This record gives sequence, C-alpha cells and structure tokens, in this order.
Amino acid sequence: MTKLRPRLSLFGIGAFALLLLGVAPLLLTDHWLGNLGKYCCWAMAAVGIGLAWGRGGMLVMGQGVFFALGAYSMAMHLTLETAGDGVPGFMVLYDPLAPLPAFWEPFRSAAFTLLAIVLLPVIVAGLLGYALFKRRVKGAYFAILTQALAVALATLISSTIRETGGDTGLSDFKYFFGFVLDDPANRKLVYLITAALLVVCLLVVRQLYRSRFGELLVATRDAEERVRFLGYDPANVKLVAFVGAALMASIGGAMFVPIVGIITPAEIGAAASILMIAGVAFGGRASLFGPALGAMAVGWGQSSLGSTWPDGWTYIIGALFIVVILFLPNGLSSVLARFTAARRSPGEQPAAATATLQLEEAKS
Amino acid sequence: MDALISPLLNGSAQGALLLLAALGLSLTFGQMGVINMAHGEFLMIGAFTAYLVQQVIGSSDLSIPVALPVAFVVAGLFGLLLEVSIIRWMYHRPLDTLLVTVGVGLILQQAALQIFPSQGVPVEKPGWLNGQVTVFGYDWPLRQVFTILLATVCVAALSVWLKSTAFGRRIRATVQNRDLAEVTGISTRTVDRLTFFVGSGLAGIAGVAASLIGGTNSQMGTQYIIPAFLVVAAGGIGQLKGTVVAAWAVGVVLSYFAYWTTGSLAQVLAFILVIVFLQLRPQGLFTVRTRSLV
Repeated sequence: MTKLRPRLSLFGIGAFALLLLGVAPLLLTDHWLGNLGKYCCWAMAAVGIGLAWGRGGMLVMGQGVFFALGAYSMAMHLTLETAGDGVPGFMVLYDPLAPLPAFWEPFRSAAFTLLAIVLLPVIVAGLLGYALFKRRVKGAYFAILTQALAVALATLISSTIRETGGDTGLSDFKYFFGFVLDDPANRKLVYLITAALLVVCLLVVRQLYRSRFGELLVATRDAEERVRFLGYDPANVKLVAFVGAALMASIGGAMFVPIVGIITPAEIGAAASILMIAGVAFGGRASLFGPALGAMAVGWGQSSLGSTWPDGWTYIIGALFIVVILFLPNGLSSVLARFTAARRSPGEQPAAATATLQLEEAKS
Repeated sequence: MDALISPLLNGSAQGALLLLAALGLSLTFGQMGVINMAHGEFLMIGAFTAYLVQQVIGSSDLSIPVALPVAFVVAGLFGLLLEVSIIRWMYHRPLDTLLVTVGVGLILQQAALQIFPSQGVPVEKPGWLNGQVTVFGYDWPLRQVFTILLATVCVAALSVWLKSTAFGRRIRATVQNRDLAEVTGISTRTVDRLTFFVGSGLAGIAGVAASLIGGTNSQMGTQYIIPAFLVVAAGGIGQLKGTVVAAWAVGVVLSYFAYWTTGSLAQVLAFILVIVFLQLRPQGLFTVRTRSLV
C-alpha cells in the first residue's frame, strides 16, 4: 500500500476497462449485463468511499444520502419524461387534482437534471463537510452524524408518499433522455455509459492518489496535527475528498435508476449505506481497485445469495465485517500485496504487513 | 393547556426511554471510547428476555420485575462475550470497532429473526401499569411514569456506583490514565470487562422498558442506536448529567415536533437539530476542560 506503481496502475485500469466495456457485453446475457451495471453503480460509490475513508480516514457511513441525491434527481426526470406533460401516475393516485410539487418542476429539463446530479451532492457535501471539518468533527462523531443523515433522509422520503413515492419509491420509467428503455440495445448503451463512468472514476482517483493532494490526504489521515503544524489546513484537504466521494456516489445513484428501474428509500438508508462500506472494507479501503472490486463482489453476493438464501447472506455480511476488519484491515488487496512482496524478496518483512501496522498505529 | 402538557409528559417518557438506551453507551463510549453499534441489539436482547421470562412465569404482574435483573444479566453477558472475543483486540482502532460491531449487530438481528416469529412477539403489560395519573388535566399513562422512574433509578444507581464505590473509582482512574492505574495495582482488563458488562446490561434494562412501550422484534434495536449515540454526543463524552439533559431535551423536542407535524418529520427535524447543536458545541453540553489538541 505504499506508492502506486504508475504504469502498473494505468495498465490495470486499462485491463479493467477492456473487461467491462469490451468483453462483458459480448459474453454476458442481457440480464447479467444489467446486474453488472448495477454493481458498477455501487462500485462508483465505493471508489468514493475508498477516497474518503481509505485515503482520507473519514468513515462515511451515509453515502446513501448522496446516492439518493443522484438517484432521485434522475428518477424524477425519468418519471416526468414518462408522464409527458401530465402529472406522474402515483401522484394522481392520492389526489387526482394534485398539482406537481414545485421542486419537481425544474426536473422536466434534461440539462437541469444532469446539472443537479453533479451540483447537488457537491453543494450538500460542501456545506456539510465545511461545517463539520472546520469544527474538527472527526472519527466516530463524523461517522455517526453521516449515518444519522442517511436515516433522516430515508425516513423523510418514506413519509412523503405524495411527493416522492414513499416506500414504494419511483419506478416504471419508459424513457431515458429520449431512448426507449425497453429496447435491449438502449439498455446496453446505458450499461456502457455506466461502466465508462466507473472507469473515469478510477482514473480520477488514480490521478488524485498520485498527486501531491493524495499525499497530503494520506498525511492528514495519519497525522492531522502535523499537517496542520506544517501550514496546511486539513479541513480543506478532507473537504475535497469528501466532496469527491459524494459526487461519485451521486453519479452512481443516477445511473442506478435507468439500470435497475426503481429507486426506493431502502436503497439509500442506513442498511444500504453500510452495505456500500462492506464492499470497500472487503476489497481493501486504501487500494485503487479494492473498493470497486469489493463492491462488485458484495453486489454479486447480494443479488445471487441475497435472493436465494437471504438468511445466510445477512450472516455472511456480518461475518465479513468482523473477520475482515479484525484480521485484514486493508482488505483482500493486502493479501495480494503481501503475496507479491513475499515472492519478490523472500525473507524480508512484507511491505503490506508494515503498512497495516502503520495504519493501526495512526489510528490509536 | 392539553396541547402544551401532553407532549411535555409524553416527551419526558420518550426521553427517559432514550436515556435508558443511551446510559449504557455513555459508559462504554463515554468512559471506554468503544463505539458499540451492537448496543441496539443488546437492547433487543433485553426485550426478548422480557418475553421469555413472561413465558416461564406466566403472570405478567410478576414477570416484569423479574425480567429487569434477568435482562440486565443476559444482555450484560452478551456484552462481556463481545468484549472478551472481539473488542479487546480493537481498543486502539475505535473507527474499526464501529464497523466490527455493525457486523455483530447484523448477525444478532438475523439470529433473532430466525429464533422468534418475524412479526415480533407480544410482551404483556402488567396489570399495575394499566392505570393513569391525572396531571394538569392530562391522563398520563402509568407505563410512561414507570419508564421515567426506571430511568431515574438507573441513573442514580450508576452515578453512585461510579462516584462512591471502589470499583467506580477504578473505572475513573483507568479512564483518566490507564498506565498509571495499572501501576497502582488496578487490573485494567477486569475494569474493561466489568464496565462493558454493566454498559451492555443497561441496554438490557432499556429493552425491557422498550418492550412495554413499543413492539418487540428483531429490528427494534436499529431505531434506538443512532438517537442514543446522538444523545451521548450532544450530552458530552463521559458526562452522565449531559446525557440525562440531552436525552430529556431530545425526547421533549421530538414529542412537540410530532405533535405539530408528523412522527417521521419530527424525527428528521430532531436529527437536524442535534447536528446543528453539535455544530455550535462540538464538545457537547457539559465538557471536561482538557489541554488536548482535539
């Protein structure tokens, strides 16, 4: 977990992109391609969590909030696109004469929707992060507060049935910016956009990790006071990482809607936010590929095991948290790193093991 | 008059329940710095214990007083098991403790879901809690009064225990300076274990109280854990009186909001209020002055 090897990481992203964009659409059925797209959405949120938590030390337990900002922006636009000039069907259900709520109106515009998906999380995370980091709220407080926000937002959406669809959520989208969503070719297109966005997220994060900002972020995670004494403001460094993470979660949420076809409060609440973290912890929080691959693995488990054997799946997720965090704080990627380090220089102390120790020391 | 009094009294009872849930946390989080997300599930264990005791004893008049100490011990033992098996390895990684205990909580929830009926179990209220007392023209249900009394007794017992007993002194010494405490002959490991036992046991008592007011099911812990943490944080770490005031305030505010708007909107508003409050006073209501940088 020391420095990213520049060429290797770029090569890795290239191979990953080739797999997702080139190989997967050829080999997978439409059903599995849709599932893969769904995992890509969670992976985007996970890449953001890796940035904020793995590299920045901020345990973001409420990424569901930003996922929701993107998802509901997109879902409102698609709902309005499906409804045409009228009022969405579920609103008519409760009150045939109900006017469209004022905050829905701007989402008729495609440009506004795209802008909202990007700007809403930036604004919300910016304000929240600025307020919290400047007041030096960190560690567990930060984690609990973000989780509380996710709970609050999910509760709010559940209780406003007429405005947001409540627990049933928003669904039955027919069009995606003019494309008919039922058409398999268009669904493939949506998948390709999602996979490409995930690759872009990875590229951005790789560039950040290699930049001086990335070093400053890790320094802030490991020794915030020293960074402050060196003349930097740790709050700004953390703010950038937090906003970046929020943006990635929002984009993931936005693409989740056309791929899955429904968004409900259950997808964004406390449990969903924790599931996003599970993948990141599993894959390796501070590594480049760990969060994305871990999230995809957890996503795959969720949709296969989670539906065929739901009882066992919950135990597995619970055990995953305990075993991984207890024994492998840096996730599966540290196993890999240890393995390659051992092969390269037998007899020497594996690099990953010392990195783990450093991480532990820094947290105490 | 009723519009003012009834939310106040209801809210006080709600606050008392919140206080019971937060009391154990203020011990484990406040004194030991362990963030135990499975605390809500210990509360659930307490509630299910109340149900099981009721199945054994039969008479609901008798079962609740019996269930209180039993739930304390059962939940406490679960907490002890958690401390001995997992948490003791993680004292230097507080954030990771949080995630590990999330996993523990998930497993406990799922286990409860499979052992007990998924729609939950009914805990019968004892006959002596069925009446009301009239306060300023409002009929105050006795079980709310009971919750407040229970919370008062627990707070009093805990503060006496912490302040006046030898063991309480050892806990405070360990919190203030672990190494020095060890040097003076205190077994800090025993202190850790017992603190965790008591903290988790208090969640069990909270569970019995919760089973008398709301439903008893596998998900009940999740609705208490976040508010309880916010209460501890808003009250100030390691400050019993702060936790008491914060719990009462949150309960009453929540109750007034719920009276004016709807229950779920009230929750959202209360959350936001606590977050704003922590913005103004990140150290909480009452704080010990320290020279630390953070």
